[in-house]
Amino acid sequence: MKITFPHMGNLYIVLKGVFEELGVAVIPPPKCNRNTLEIGTKYSPELICIPFKITVGNYIESIEKGADTLFMWGGCDICRIGFYNIIQKDILKNLGYDIKLVTVEPFKSPKEIHKFLEKLYTLTGTRNYLKIFAAFIKGIKLLNEVDAFDQLVNKIRPRAYNKGEVDRVYYQFEETINKAKGYKEISETIKKSKKELQNIHIDKHKDVLKIGIVGEIYTVVEPFINLDMIKKLGNMGIEVHRSVIASEFIKEQLDFLPFIHSDKSQVHKAASDYLNTEIGGHARHTIGNTVRFGEQNFDGVIHLLPFTCMPEIVASSILPTIEKEKDIPILKIVLDEMTADAGYLTRIEAFVDLLEKRKEMKISV
Amino acid sequence: MTVNVGIPRALLYYEYYPLWNAFFENLGAKVVLSEKTNKKIFDDGIKNTVDEACIPIKLFHGHVMNIKDEVDYLFIPRIKSIAKDEYICPKFCGLPEMIKHAIKDLPTIISTEINLFKSTKGIKKTVCEVGKYFSDDEKNILSAYERAYYKYRNDKKAMQNKRNTENNKKIMIMGHPYHLYDVYLNMNTLEKFEAKEVDVVTPEMIDIKTINEYAKKFEGNLYWTFARKLIGTTMYLVDRKNVDGIIYISTFGCGVDSVVGDLVEKYIRRKSNIPFMLLTLDEHSGEAGINTRIEAFMDMVKWRDKFENNIPAHG
Repeated sequence: MKITFPHMGNLYIVLKGVFEELGVAVIPPPKCNRNTLEIGTKYSPELICIPFKITVGNYIESIEKGADTLFMWGGCDICRIGFYNIIQKDILKNLGYDIKLVTVEPFKSPKEIHKFLEKLYTLTGTRNYLKIFAAFIKGIKLLNEVDAFDQLVNKIRPRAYNKGEVDRVYYQFEETINKAKGYKEISETIKKSKKELQNIHIDKHKDVLKIGIVGEIYTVVEPFINLDMIKKLGNMGIEVHRSVIASEFIKEQLDFLPFIHSDKSQVHKAASDYLNTEIGGHARHTIGNTVRFGEQNFDGVIHLLPFTCMPEIVASSILPTIEKEKDIPILKIVLDEMTADAGYLTRIEAFVDLLEKRKEMKISV
Repeated sequence: MTVNVGIPRALLYYEYYPLWNAFFENLGAKVVLSEKTNKKIFDDGIKNTVDEACIPIKLFHGHVMNIKDEVDYLFIPRIKSIAKDEYICPKFCGLPEMIKHAIKDLPTIISTEINLFKSTKGIKKTVCEVGKYFSDDEKNILSAYERAYYKYRNDKKAMQNKRNTENNKKIMIMGHPYHLYDVYLNMNTLEKFEAKEVDVVTPEMIDIKTINEYAKKFEGNLYWTFARKLIGTTMYLVDRKNVDGIIYISTFGCGVDSVVGDLVEKYIRRKSNIPFMLLTLDEHSGEAGINTRIEAFMDMVKWRDKFENNIPAHG
C-alpha cells in the first residue's frame, strides 16, 4: 500500500513523517507546479475554487507515481470544502483509477477520533493505540517544528545581508526532506537547516516593515497558489506574518483535548465586533486576525482569497470598515488560475511603497 | 402609528415571502416591499457590493438601497440553516454584515439568526426574537407565526397543484428560486419558453417529500438545502423521464452551483438521454445570446420527434 495526500504548504512534511512512523509507504505528490494546475483544471468543475483544482492535480500526479490510497479531508462545513471528497471521488473513478480512499472528518468529539482510528487500522493494520498515539504526538511535534522553521525564515529573510542566502538554505532543506524517512530524520533535517539559518549574517537593527497575511488557509500557505508571495515580500525586505497556518489549524481542530491550546478564542473575540458567528471557511479568522494585526501596530495587511470563495467574500466586504477603524491599510488579492505574476507584483510593490511612505510620515510627525 | 418593515425583493424572498409578509401583517406592521428588479436596482447593487460577490447578492444590496429610506425596520435575517443537519450558502450567514458594512444610513436591521441545524425546535425562540420588535406578547407573536405558516404552506401546495395544459413539450427549468423568479435577472427565460408553446415546470412544482426521498438515495452527504432540493429533483426527473429537456439557470461565481450544477449535469448525462443545458447569467443584459441558445435548444428537442434514435444528449 502506498498512501498519498494533497499538498497544503509544508503539511506534507508532517503527514509523511506520521505515516512513515506507522510503517506505511508514502508517495508525496510532486511540488505543486503548472502541470498540477493544468491537470486539475481539466478535470474539475469550471467554477469551483482553486484549492479544489490543485488537489485534484495532486492526486492524479501521485497516482501516476504509484500511489494507491488517498488520504483526504471530508466532513461538512458551511462552505463547499465538505463537497470536495464527493466530487473528487467521482472524478478519479471516472478516470478509471482504482484507488482506496480514506476520508477524515473534522474532530468535533472524541467519537470522531475513534472513527478515525478505525480508518487508520485499515491502513496500517495496527490497533496498537500506544504506537498510534506516539506517532500522533510526533506529528504534532513536527507540525510545530516546521511552522517554527517557516516563521524563522520569514524573520531572517528581510534582514539578511546577502539576498538569496535564505532561499538557498530553504531549497536545500526541501531537497533533504524529500529524501528523509520517518520522524527522526525529518526532525534532524529541520534542526540542521535551522542552524544554517541562524548562521546567516543579518542586520539585527534593521527597521523592517511588518505585513500580516490573512485569508483562506490554502491560499495563505501554498506558495504555488499565492505566487510565492511570502518569499517575494521577504526579499523586498518585509517581515511577513501568516495568520492561518497548518499547525494552528490542526490545533484548533483538537483543542478540546486538555493538552492542546489554540488561539481560537482570542481570534473569535477580536472578530466579535464585526462578525460574531461562524460562516464557514476562514472568514471569522480573517476578520479577527486583521483586527489583531491592527492592534499590534503592523504596517499593513494583505488579504488573500481564491476566486469565488464564499466566506472570504463576506469577509472582504467587512474589511474596509476595519481598515478605517483600526487605521491599517489592507490589500485584497484574489487568486485564480492566473500564473503570470507581473500584475500581482506591481500591486504588491505599490502597496509596499505606500506603507513605506506612511511609516516615514509617522516618524517625521 | 403603524410600523413599516422593509423586505428586499431578493434571495430567499422568493421562497418565504408569503410567510414573512403574513407574519408581519398579523403583528400589525406594514410590509414595504422593494420594487421589482430594474436597471437602477441592478446598477445600485453592483456599485455598492464587493466586486467578487455573485449577482444575487449584488441585487440584494440594490433592493436594500431601494427601500432603506422609507422603512423603520429592514428584515435581513441571518439565515444559517433552514433544515436539520443542513446549511445554506455562507453568504446568507454573513448577509447582515455585508449590508451593514457596504451601505450607509440604514434603518434598524432585524438580523435574527435562523439556525435549525441542530433541531427545528429552536424556531419558536427565533420567531419571538423577530416578533419582539412589534409586540410584547409572546402568545400573540406565536399565533401570528402559526397563522402565517399555515398560509405559507397553502401557497406552496397551490404551486404544486398548478398543472399545465397538455401542451406538446415539457421542460424543467431548475435553479435557485432567486434565479428562476427574478425575471429581470434571467431575462424572462421562463416566459420565453412558454411563448414557444412549451410547458414549463420548476422544482417548486414537485412535492418536496418526493424530492427528499430521491435525494436520500444520493451517495454522499448533501448538506446544503439547495443541493438536496436540486439533486433530488434531478434524480426524480431521470427516474420518471417525464420531461423533454432540462435547463439549469445559474449565475456566474455562484459557489453552490459550482458544485450542484456539476453534480446535476453529470447525473443527467450519465443516467439518461434527456437534453440538458446550463444557462449562466452574469451582469450582461443583452438578450440575444440567451435567445439564440433557447431557440437552438428547443429546435433540438423538437427534432427528436423525427430523428429519435441518433441525437446525442448534449444540449
